[in-house]
Amino acid sequence: MGWRFFVAKNPINNIPIERGIRMEQRLKEILEIAESELGGITDMKALEEMRVRFTGKKGMLTEVLRGMGQLSPEERPAMGKLVNEVRSEIEGLMTSVREKLEKEALSARLVKEKLDVTIPGKRPALGRKHPLTQAIEEMEEIFIGLGYDIAEGPEIETVYNNFDALNTEENHPSRDEQDTFYITDNTLLRTQTSPVQIRVMKSSEPPIKIICPGRVYRADTVDATHSPVFHQIEGLVIDKGVTMGDLIGTLKLFAKNLFGEETDIRLRPHHFPFTEPSAEVDVSCWVCGGKGCRVCGGEGWIEILGAGMVHPNVMKACGIDPEIYSGFAFGMGVERAAMGRHNISDLRLLFENDLRFLRQF
Amino acid sequence: MKVSYSWIKEYTNIDADIKSFCDEMTMSGSKVEEWKVLGEGITGVVAGKILSIEKHPDADKLVVCKVDVGSGEIQIVTGATNVNAGDLVPVALHGASLPGGIKIKKGKLRGAVSDGMLCSLSELNLTLNDYPNAIVDGIFILDRDIKPGTDMIHELGLDEEIIEFEITSNRPDCFSVIGLAREAAATFKKEFSVKEPKPLEKGTGNAADMISIEVYDKNLCPRYTGRVITDVIIEPSPEWLRKKLRDAGIRPINNIVDITNYVLLEYGQPMHAFDLDNIRGGKIIVRSAGEGEEIETLDDQPRKLDPSMLVIADSERPVAVAGVMGGADSEVTGNTKTILFESANFNMTSIRLTAQKLAMRTESSGRFEKGLDMNSTLPAVNRACELVEELGAGKVVPGVIDVCANIPEKKKIPLRPEKINAFLGTDIPREEMINIFKPLEIEINGDYAIAPSFRPDLLSEADLAEEVARFHGYNNIKATMLAGEGTTQGKRSYKQNLRNIVENVCLSAGLYEIYTYSFTSPAVFDRLRLPAESILRKTVIIRRPLGEDYSVMRTTTLPEMMKVISHNSNRSVAKGGFYEMSFTYHPVDKEELPEQRTVLTMGLYGGGDFYDMKGIIMNIADTLGIAETEYIPVIDNPVFHPGRCAAVTVDGKSIGTIGQVHPEIADNFEIPGDTVLCEMDIDAIYGLANLNRKYSELPRYPSVSRDIAVVVDDEVSAGNIIKLIKATAGSNLEDVEFFDVYKGEQIGAGKKSLAFSMTYRSAERTLTEDEVGTSFDKVVKALADKTGAMLR
Ligand SMILES: [Zn+2]
Repeated sequence: MGWRFFVAKNPINNIPIERGIRMEQRLKEILEIAESELGGITDMKALEEMRVRFTGKKGMLTEVLRGMGQLSPEERPAMGKLVNEVRSEIEGLMTSVREKLEKEALSARLVKEKLDVTIPGKRPALGRKHPLTQAIEEMEEIFIGLGYDIAEGPEIETVYNNFDALNTEENHPSRDEQDTFYITDNTLLRTQTSPVQIRVMKSSEPPIKIICPGRVYRADTVDATHSPVFHQIEGLVIDKGVTMGDLIGTLKLFAKNLFGEETDIRLRPHHFPFTEPSAEVDVSCWVCGGKGCRVCGGEGWIEILGAGMVHPNVMKACGIDPEIYSGFAFGMGVERAAMGRHNISDLRLLFENDLRFLRQF
Repeated sequence: MKVSYSWIKEYTNIDADIKSFCDEMTMSGSKVEEWKVLGEGITGVVAGKILSIEKHPDADKLVVCKVDVGSGEIQIVTGATNVNAGDLVPVALHGASLPGGIKIKKGKLRGAVSDGMLCSLSELNLTLNDYPNAIVDGIFILDRDIKPGTDMIHELGLDEEIIEFEITSNRPDCFSVIGLAREAAATFKKEFSVKEPKPLEKGTGNAADMISIEVYDKNLCPRYTGRVITDVIIEPSPEWLRKKLRDAGIRPINNIVDITNYVLLEYGQPMHAFDLDNIRGGKIIVRSAGEGEEIETLDDQPRKLDPSMLVIADSERPVAVAGVMGGADSEVTGNTKTILFESANFNMTSIRLTAQKLAMRTESSGRFEKGLDMNSTLPAVNRACELVEELGAGKVVPGVIDVCANIPEKKKIPLRPEKINAFLGTDIPREEMINIFKPLEIEINGDYAIAPSFRPDLLSEADLAEEVARFHGYNNIKATMLAGEGTTQGKRSYKQNLRNIVENVCLSAGLYEIYTYSFTSPAVFDRLRLPAESILRKTVIIRRPLGEDYSVMRTTTLPEMMKVISHNSNRSVAKGGFYEMSFTYHPVDKEELPEQRTVLTMGLYGGGDFYDMKGIIMNIADTLGIAETEYIPVIDNPVFHPGRCAAVTVDGKSIGTIGQVHPEIADNFEIPGDTVLCEMDIDAIYGLANLNRKYSELPRYPSVSRDIAVVVDDEVSAGNIIKLIKATAGSNLEDVEFFDVYKGEQIGAGKKSLAFSMTYRSAERTLTEDEVGTSFDKVVKALADKTGAMLR
């Protein structure tokens, strides 16, 4: 390395031999000592001490430089250059030792800083939405994607909006005080979210595409499958040329989105006052896929929806001409959907709000 | 409606097995709730003839019978005392099963071999009503001539397949076997026929001479048809009739009553039989009940009547509540000699309200309230007379008394096949539609369809479309996607988005969403310590609630939140945080509908404090871009700790309340004392929020911070100090933050130390120490002047 270079290009051939050679030897000696000492250095402190001894202000090289006074002015530049070369040679050697030590120190620190990554993390507080909200929002998203708006209305409604405008016969059992909570003869706690549809049909022009989620009330005593308070989500479409085929297509798409691509639906004729034709809608069982199991009672189908073509009387009551427009409506119970999907067997859990329950969703 | 499959098959030649019958009926609109075999699980029971009876050698209470069971002679040991040699009895053979999972096996009883068991009624799931001549706790002695070995399961009708249909309220015609058979025939495209009943009328005289019928209000009773039977012999009905009633879930009583029930099931037309000898004055009057009038009904209950109720009366008193139930003292008894059959049509609303008022819904009222066909009274009463003759129960007197209003014309509905196809999204030819209509007895007259009188549900073209769709098959309609030209936006409204944002802040604060009931008990206001005049006590009241606890609509959501906290803390859930986005309901003077306010309720217990809750509210305000919220101390809210409650205000208007519960409230609701609650008026927030954010340039010059700690009197609020700092520090003050409060001996009693950090920055240049110092001094002076603050 440097030393060879130093020998090959001896710059002091014109220095009086004796003094020049002595200083040169001294430099060679210093370099050799430095090299050998460096081999034994294992920590930064020793390295720093060494730096002070060799290249520090009072170090060996400074000492050599001081001795330059004895040289002739002609000799000095060459010798000065030689000293600097030795200095940088030593500094270079020390730098590489320093880098090596730093690397070792870093590795040692990293080893020391090792964490037990299996210790549980510190979780910032984070709440969850109620499973009913989660179910409603999932359904809303599906229909928002299909261009539906979300409509809302009051829970305390007129008998007119809840029954009359929905073509409910005067004698329909759902009007009974045993089934419905009345406030006065003309007002009640809505038994369905359908009055929202009436409000929207009355206040806006077709085309109408809405989803109405909300809370409804029926005079059922509380048990594992009944609650006087529950939730529905309903849909309504009114436009020119809407067909029952469109209803079936829409419900198929909805069911596939909600329960998976393989899901099929089945419509059974039924009676609702506000639709004609009316249907109850089953989806193929999400557990057994239709083969029949405990969840679907061996039927292979699970009833989830009511649906139908909007009754012309309902449209007329809202000022929409059924000769020009047609439409469909559908509705489902949110509790039932949420319970089915999470395997919740008792409806009361949904209104008890036990934190150990809420944390599961 | 419960009926045996075999009865339906009497009117149509359907041969499908029970499973596919039920499936197809459900898919064409007659929903089968369930079906089952009447004697499900009973096997291996045959007729056996007792050949001999001997005493058991080792048991006094047992006898040993030799029984001929057709396939041979077996020995059976029994403890029964009502059997004699020569009796024919049901025998459960070795390997037979009986209800309740009982298996019959050969064995020995006290040393004597027994190859089977003699059966009683109950061991075959039968009752005395089915076989009135049997005895309750003895062996069922068969009163018939059958060969030993005959299969008793078939013989007793235990193999009947019973179907329970769910009939929708718009199809009164399907509350009858004939109606269901008609639907079945249309579903399976099979023959359907009903024989017109024609009694032979072997009685003498004329009915009209024996009784007169008068109807006061033909709106309430459009038709009343009566026939008279003389020489009545009351006895049990024959087995075939009892079996049919049994299969339909109706208890057999005697031949005459059973006939009326049979016709009710067959035709769907309720009937009643009066003991004519107990009808006074030779007169039936259909009229409204008088005020305070009373009747004892068939179930031996006295009933108070009122003028809204329709009664059947004789010249003196009511003898039946019309369409609901007959009276006790004109009922058919064992001594009855002459009867009047009533087959009438009553106003559906009147019957419904009467049944409701008297709390007695019967097979009869249930049918009337759905609206029956005026045309069915005559065939029904004739059918009853025919059965009387068939059973030899009496002589039918010639003549029918029929008081009848005008029978409405059949409904004519325009039939436009192209319109129906456009509506359904189908391509069904007119001919096919007509073929669908024919078995349903919908006639075609040119471009019109004529609905039969028993189908009150067929009124418009949409109803015809449903008939077409039902029998074409709902699921044969091709699924399509909406083609409509118009477009809709498909998005959440501003308010919906805003609520979502608020909820997300709650979630990120660790709160769990809850759902609670919207009604509550009026007693809750006392537990909330609300003063008598509190506006919150003005509630929307449910007229007929499920109970006191659910009787008024809530005006505050706090009690339900506290109930949830109580539920959780009582179950050792150490801490929790909840929120609910819900409504409160407030009556409004002179308005039909109350006001419904949207409320965010939050609750923390077990470790959270006032400031944790306040932090959440500050985050909500911040996220919604509501700049200046102020917290004004509230000392008189009865729910909250007087020193730990604040009104959340914006521009002087309250948008919510936050506070730690009052210790008495904590006791009243059984919740931890550290519970902190908040109620926020979301409706007020809609107008305050600003979600429209504009970028402001990032600072280019460095900021300078100064901390200030002052000692003030206890009453001086930190909020006030912050306000003063902001007002006096000048335009270079960027922010001031509270960071510490300290009370203690060093400060002195009645004093506290408050510490704030002020940040100065200019948008134009780096501020000098002098500038900041001058402002700081001004602040110190202002605080000293206005609040007596001493720099610490
Ligand atoms: Zn299944």
